Amino acid sequence: MGLVYLKDVATLILDKEKCTGCGICVDVCPRGVLAINSKEAFIVNIDLCIECGACAVNCPFNAISVKSGVGCAKALMKNRKGNAAPCCGESSGSKGC
Amino acid sequence: MSHANIDTKSPSWIIGHVETTAGNIPLVSTKLTAIDILGFWRMRWGIRRMNYKVDPGLYAVGSPGPDSPVLVSANYKMSFDILRRAVSSHNTWLVVIDTKGVNVWCAAGKGTFSTGAVLWQIKLTGLQKIAPHGTIILPQLSATGVKAHEVQKVSGLRTVFGPVRADDIPAFLNNGMKATAEMRKVKFGMIDRLALTPVEVKGAFKYLVLLSAILFILGGISWSGFFLERAWRLLAAAGVALLGAVLMGTVITPMLLPWIPGRAFSVKGGQVGLAWALAIFAHNWNFLSGVGLPGITNRIAALLAIPAISAYLAFNFTGSTTYTSMSGVRKEMRLALPAIIGAGIIGTVVFITGLVMR
Repeated sequence: MGLVYLKDVATLILDKEKCTGCGICVDVCPRGVLAINSKEAFIVNIDLCIECGACAVNCPFNAISVKSGVGCAKALMKNRKGNAAPCCGESSGSKGC
Repeated sequence: MSHANIDTKSPSWIIGHVETTAGNIPLVSTKLTAIDILGFWRMRWGIRRMNYKVDPGLYAVGSPGPDSPVLVSANYKMSFDILRRAVSSHNTWLVVIDTKGVNVWCAAGKGTFSTGAVLWQIKLTGLQKIAPHGTIILPQLSATGVKAHEVQKVSGLRTVFGPVRADDIPAFLNNGMKATAEMRKVKFGMIDRLALTPVEVKGAFKYLVLLSAILFILGGISWSGFFLERAWRLLAAAGVALLGAVLMGTVITPMLLPWIPGRAFSVKGGQVGLAWALAIFAHNWNFLSGVGLPGITNRIAALLAIPAISAYLAFNFTGSTTYTSMSGVRKEMRLALPAIIGAGIIGTVVFITGLVMR
């Protein structure tokens, strides 16, 4: 049972020229989007990507870019244009784990 | 905050201290008490959630030494409780970051669980002196805010990402600090989803009260004055439909998420809302006719408004899940929100038309 959100929307881009195959992106990805094959990262299934940005933040070679943000309707309805900050943990928040 | 002032009002889970070259470090219990468990439930219902915190700083579990692993945590007490319970069989150091009482993933997204915050707390606690050969284990979900390679470079301590769930930490430690692919993935099972529904229900309550008040007023008002009895009768009859619509969006849709067709939350919620409307008709085709309303306008209004309410509330659940992206939610907002609002408005207009025709 794998929950997958909308198709073909994720903004994840991997620059294979810069990739050294260190594998940190595979370690930090909570969705199994990336994997390593013959010393190079590749995108297994982009539709699994939640654009959390962990891979881009932790890639020491800036080989990954993604327009990261939270997939939260409440946050996006409050701030339609900008990168919505997570509203969870605030008084109106929804997440408590 | 330093540990010095903890002694004045020391929490019950501090059960002693460990002596180190950098002073005494509080020793924490790995057993949760009834009060801690009560706290879990309080948090699930979102009651006084803003102040459920642990003082930032360094803590000890068991009898850790200079080469014991160092686990980093948010200062949301629920995160901390789950962590200390999970590591009961290991001697570890716990470094608690000041995330203003927010959980790891959200704090990393907000920027309070950052590379700088981790380095600052390491410096403040004198960790390099206390555990010079320890490995820093960051929660994997802090990776959106913390660069592990930078923490390692600046602190001089080996730094790795641990598993997503604290419960996997013992296996991770026993496995030479290697996480399996499963430990690296966020889950969103039935229990996870159900745990989030109380706050959803609570969040929808104010809309429920507002809509009930509107129904009450609409029910009682007429050309010749306000009839209280009519108002109550309409509220009693339509209130159940409304309550159902809210529960379909806040409880049933999250619960049955993997089995409801479609990918968009509004599509899933809308279907469940539609099923509820049809169930109401199956129970009583002339639904609300008892309060003197024409059946046809009621049915049209219910078919539009109930799915709209459920769809909207289901869409609101996106932020609580672990598998939605910002681009996806933005797309859904662009496409589904106008439809939801449109259905809601048309449903209301039709319903009011029925009331006027009464």
